[in-house]
Amino acid sequence: MTSVLLIAERDVLGEISQSTLQLISAANELDDPQLTVAIAGSAPESATSLAIGKLVTLPAISDDEVGIYDQITADVAALVTSTNPDIVILSKSDFGTVVGSRVAFRLDLALASDCIAISNSGGMVNVTRPVYGGSALAEFEFASSPAVVTLRPGAYEPNVDAGSPSIEAFESVVAVNKAASVTGTVAQASEGVRLEDASFVISGGRGLGGAEPFSVLADLANALGGAVGASRAACDAGWIDHSHQVGLTGKSVSPDVYMAVGISGASQHMAGCSSSRVIVAINKDGDSNIFKEARFGVVGDWEKVLPSFLATVRELRA
Amino acid sequence: MTVRIVVLAKQVPDPETPPSQFKIDESTNKVIPPNGVPPVVNGFDLNAVEAAMRIRDSGADVEITVLSAGSHFVMDAMKKPLAMGADRLVLVDDTGLDEIDSAATVKVLAAAIKKDGPYDLVLGGRQASDWDQAHVTLGLAEILELPLVSLVQKLELKNDSVLLQRVIPDGYQEITAPIPSVITITNEIGEPRYPNLRGIMQASRKKPEFFSLADLGLSLSDLTPKLVLKKLYVPESNKQVELIVGEDEADSGKKLALRLREEKLI
Ligand SMILES: Cc1cc2nc3c(=O)[nH]c(=O)nc-3n(C[C@H](O)[C@H](O)[C@H](O)COP(=O)(O)OP(=O)(O)OC[C@H]3O[C@@H](n4cnc5c(N)ncnc54)[C@H](O)[C@@H]3O)c2cc1C
Ligand SMILES: Nc1ncnc2c1ncn2[C@@H]1O[C@H](COP(=O)(O)O)[C@@H](O)[C@H]1O
Repeated sequence: MTSVLLIAERDVLGEISQSTLQLISAANELDDPQLTVAIAGSAPESATSLAIGKLVTLPAISDDEVGIYDQITADVAALVTSTNPDIVILSKSDFGTVVGSRVAFRLDLALASDCIAISNSGGMVNVTRPVYGGSALAEFEFASSPAVVTLRPGAYEPNVDAGSPSIEAFESVVAVNKAASVTGTVAQASEGVRLEDASFVISGGRGLGGAEPFSVLADLANALGGAVGASRAACDAGWIDHSHQVGLTGKSVSPDVYMAVGISGASQHMAGCSSSRVIVAINKDGDSNIFKEARFGVVGDWEKVLPSFLATVRELRA
Repeated sequence: MTVRIVVLAKQVPDPETPPSQFKIDESTNKVIPPNGVPPVVNGFDLNAVEAAMRIRDSGADVEITVLSAGSHFVMDAMKKPLAMGADRLVLVDDTGLDEIDSAATVKVLAAAIKKDGPYDLVLGGRQASDWDQAHVTLGLAEILELPLVSLVQKLELKNDSVLLQRVIPDGYQEITAPIPSVITITNEIGEPRYPNLRGIMQASRKKPEFFSLADLGLSLSDLTPKLVLKKLYVPESNKQVELIVGEDEADSGKKLALRLREEKLI
């Protein structure tokens, strides 16, 4: 038997996030798994019907805690200490990275972040994670237990089974001295479909040469009900806000179609989009790495290729 | 009063190494250093040096120490933060550090900080581009029992605290943290400055200060990994691209749309 504690996150509506449902799929591949999901705040409807053994509610995360996560770190650490699971899994999100790392170091547990596969046999837990920006894969074995793992979004399909877990509230016992405080939040609201949820994503890179061309990408995204992404080079140049960055240190997306325009396909960029169903590349350099990752491609100048592509899309959808 | 800042900086293989030159020796599970591509200071760590320099630019009296744990240090690379304006370079140098995991790295850095400190601010990068773990700086905050703020794109000293902007997926948060705190810096802070001639001259005269593990009261037996590397390899890609070729580039664009339609993708 493998006891697994999953730390849930919520989507914008407060329901269980897709990335949490992916954690359940990953855990289900372990040896005779017994799943407990912990969620901060009162259980949303979608949590009470998860196909798991037990649901534990933790004290809610207050707004001025987000980003610092002192209280939730203390609560998760206390829960891990009292239930002593074999494996603790979180998403490799902002929340999962901070809380997973802090809990692991606080309790002196081994930690592997941004994993794409997890398995166990004979009491040993193994994980696979991309390293060197994705140029290599590394397989690790945990030499101690509990193992703390963060999982890359998109590495597993979301679990959609229904169940009826027992529900328990975990009382926060650890007092927290608020060390730092959040005094405000500035939202860089983007219109339309969220990048992470879009089924069509068109991303631009350094090859676009400036901020202006991103409006052509936005036209295409609008025509197809999709969202605009970018490479880090385009964001660092200030052509588009960093909230659009796709990649290892940006957002992870897995749309049906990911279109990369003027992007060379560095492994760190691909890390954020390689679980897309189909990758389409437009790049003037036929030797660039993106053509090793793409399913369809045009070797050419985006300034000539994209307008006729957009016009044809509009005709097809008219 | 002098504000003492320590910046954690790791020497890593140049992440811009072309994929064709990226090779692994599968018998030792190690990356084979590519010929003629020297290692560099991890990019986000240079962003952290830049963050420290901006505190100095704001008029504060700061001393900037760069701290690194590793081995086979290449001074041309490691002295770049000095050339940017940092004051000291402290190296924990031991070939045994090649084999350690991040839990052990945190132990070594924490011991060095305790010995060389106290510091008012501990700045690190958001992640190192070799193992891409993003947890050494976070773990250090836990072990040093200091407040932690990650993914900072702007910082400013104000009296006894530091005002921060922390990047979140759709914007940023404004945070006030006490001194001392541990802070991870992200590239959104902006490009690290180019060393000027004066900086390069000064850096060439500065000598790094070395610590051995024994100086820190540690031995390799304290540093056995909790996470054991079993296998390191370059994944095979069997993807085949279908290139769409029209009469000219505009025609290719049109044909691409038609092809995607045929596949019911758009
Ligand atoms: C630790 C770490 C984390 C990173 N995280 C990320 C991340 O999250 N996301 C990310 O994107 N990057 C990330 N990077 C950076 C990454 O390594 C690359 O530097 C970056 O992705 C390059 O962006 P690019 O493809 O837009 O630019 P380039 O590599 O410069 O490519 C530009 C491309 O545009 C093409 N082009 C030029 N003109 C035209 C034209 N007129 N028409 C068509 N094509 C044209 C060129 O042929 C070229 O292939 C990270 C790096 C490190 C070290
Ligand atoms: N060996 C090291 N020496 C100094 N700083 C390090 C070392 N390893 C990691 N760091 C710091 O911790 C950050 C995160 O590293 P990592 O958790 O390895 O991704 C880096 O950006 C550095 O600032």
